[in-house]
Amino acid sequence: MKAQTLYEKLWSSHVVHEEADGTALIYIDRHLVHEVTSPQAFEGLKLAGRKPWRVGSIVATADHNTPTDHWDLGIQDPVSRQQVETLDANIREVGSLAYFPFKDARQGIVHVIGPENGATLPGMTVVCGDSHTSTHGAFGCLAHGIGTSEVEHVLATQCLLQKKSRTLLIRVDGQLGRGVTAKDVVLAIIGRIGTAGGTGYAMEFGGSAIRALSMEGRMTICNMAIEAGARAGLVGVDETTIEYLKDRPFSPKGAQWEQAVDYWRSLHSDEGAEFDKVVEIKAEDILPQVTWGTSPEMVTTVDGRVPDPAAVTDPVRREGIERALKYMGLEANTPITDIPVDQVFIGSCTNSRIEDLREAAAVAKGRSKAASVKRVLVVPGSGLVKRQAEAEGLHEIFLAAGFEWREPGCSMCLAMNADRLEPGERCASTSNRNFEGRQGAGGRTHLVSPAMAAAAAVTGRFTDVRAL
Amino acid sequence: MKPFTQLDGLVAPLDRANVDTDAIIPKQFLKSIKRSGFGPNAFDEWRYLDVGQPGADNSKRPLNPDFVLNQARYQGAQILLTRDNFGCGSSREHAPWALEDYGFRVLIGPSFADIFFNNSFKNGLLPIKLDAAEVDELFRQCEASEGYRLKVDLAAQTITRPDGKSIAFDIDPFRKECLLNGWDDIGLTLRHADKIRAFEEQRRAQHPYYFA
Repeated sequence: MKAQTLYEKLWSSHVVHEEADGTALIYIDRHLVHEVTSPQAFEGLKLAGRKPWRVGSIVATADHNTPTDHWDLGIQDPVSRQQVETLDANIREVGSLAYFPFKDARQGIVHVIGPENGATLPGMTVVCGDSHTSTHGAFGCLAHGIGTSEVEHVLATQCLLQKKSRTLLIRVDGQLGRGVTAKDVVLAIIGRIGTAGGTGYAMEFGGSAIRALSMEGRMTICNMAIEAGARAGLVGVDETTIEYLKDRPFSPKGAQWEQAVDYWRSLHSDEGAEFDKVVEIKAEDILPQVTWGTSPEMVTTVDGRVPDPAAVTDPVRREGIERALKYMGLEANTPITDIPVDQVFIGSCTNSRIEDLREAAAVAKGRSKAASVKRVLVVPGSGLVKRQAEAEGLHEIFLAAGFEWREPGCSMCLAMNADRLEPGERCASTSNRNFEGRQGAGGRTHLVSPAMAAAAAVTGRFTDVRAL
Repeated sequence: MKPFTQLDGLVAPLDRANVDTDAIIPKQFLKSIKRSGFGPNAFDEWRYLDVGQPGADNSKRPLNPDFVLNQARYQGAQILLTRDNFGCGSSREHAPWALEDYGFRVLIGPSFADIFFNNSFKNGLLPIKLDAAEVDELFRQCEASEGYRLKVDLAAQTITRPDGKSIAFDIDPFRKECLLNGWDDIGLTLRHADKIRAFEEQRRAQHPYYFA
């Protein structure tokens, strides 16, 4: 049989029907739902008199609008509250496999709770009305974000209309240096191929440096595949994947576990499989990364400088850099380590899992927030992550350093709740998007790893974590 | 869905690359549980000088005179010229809802982000990919002549410039058919309900652990 890529295996095992032009109906195994992109879909379904096809595929939570402190007060913003209550009502009415509402012990960011509950499994198709659904591809499943019309389509038909993507392999071989994390790897990849470099592709990450990563690290990398333009990120299944999934609440048990694992072991790209495009990166070349602009591709190494637009010939690119520097309040050629920060955010579906918090705590331990830094928010990805961190005493390290230890949620990654930057404030953030206004109107975001964020918190400016 | 067949519309140029969906419709407006009413907040942070809030009276807010869509000559535009990677970022369908509600029916650019591109078709909004050189020329012509219009014919897959030049564009036949007829995707898919059921039963038998 012809050698196949992982994407081809996943695609061909889900095609229900194909139109003459290649548009296919693919079957959806898992439908993750949150409060922001689902209300119009449930309403559309109801207006058309349709019923959900298979409610057992639905796992839902409220994450974007939920506050990260004073849970006893409920959701203060009435518009946010209405959106969360609408999700409550919709799930109550139609049902689900699992629902983790606001304040539930297992509530959290949808892309954290799916995997940690074993609701994301290898070989599945996973969708959610959220672009960071690419995260779940770390488990060797085909996972991507969809719009609200598609949420309604999946609710009604359990299928999605899709055309097959092209395949892109990003191979990272070698050993990552000390202080260099999965976040640095994915930012370096985006810096290399650009924010549209993966458009139209399913992006698989392979090579010895990826194989050596934990599931948390692989999720960080797949999470930001969308920041390189690829709807889906993928990592092949190996023992790390299987070990992570064993004994999770929704993971198969007993004989079914054995049967599943047998199948899952086939979910990797075959030796000699052909990709439409291959990009190779040496792990040793990757240094800690810091973004300086308003797109994730506007990134450099911590020992680098803010670029000089005068050195760029392409007028669209030059104007883009000029506009970004103006928005970010930065001068060309400034060393990255000369840039001070006002706030630090450690959290988001990119970097709020236990390993991320351990990395940040290792830097914070025995140190204190710099006096010039107004606030350091540490927001765990879920209630389970929070409890685990507390069991390990990480919260005490953060609190002793003057950081704030919050309740789980999306928080200041997109500032739909009360956590946000004020205009002009500069933030070292472990999130995924440095777009204008992303963390609050006029706010300035620099994307970094959890360790680099903690380093900025204790020194007051971007600092090479390896030198601390 | 509203069908799309032909359009003879005023063109507005948005000359920047990587316009993300946070810029097209900022997060505070995503709290709405409706599909409509996003137009007055399209490009909110670029368009107004103050920070927009859901439910505010946008007609009383100060406009940013430097933002291209606020110029008198582009009022009533139905076609938006864009640069590379338009619609990148979040999957929020509020972005095409906002553009459609603003009055746009066609977007023309060298490339679009995947999820945004897909979402546009579900809302009667036609995104057209052209070669970068063709897009450059449209930017030049549009900026040079006030009242610049283009004719878009979906059935013929052509854009006609005022100088008479016709530019052909590609579109998936299935998407084209859906858009021309204003078909509801879900209704179309449910014609295959038996096939979906059969697939599901076979999958359940083969991989029961996905159906626990």
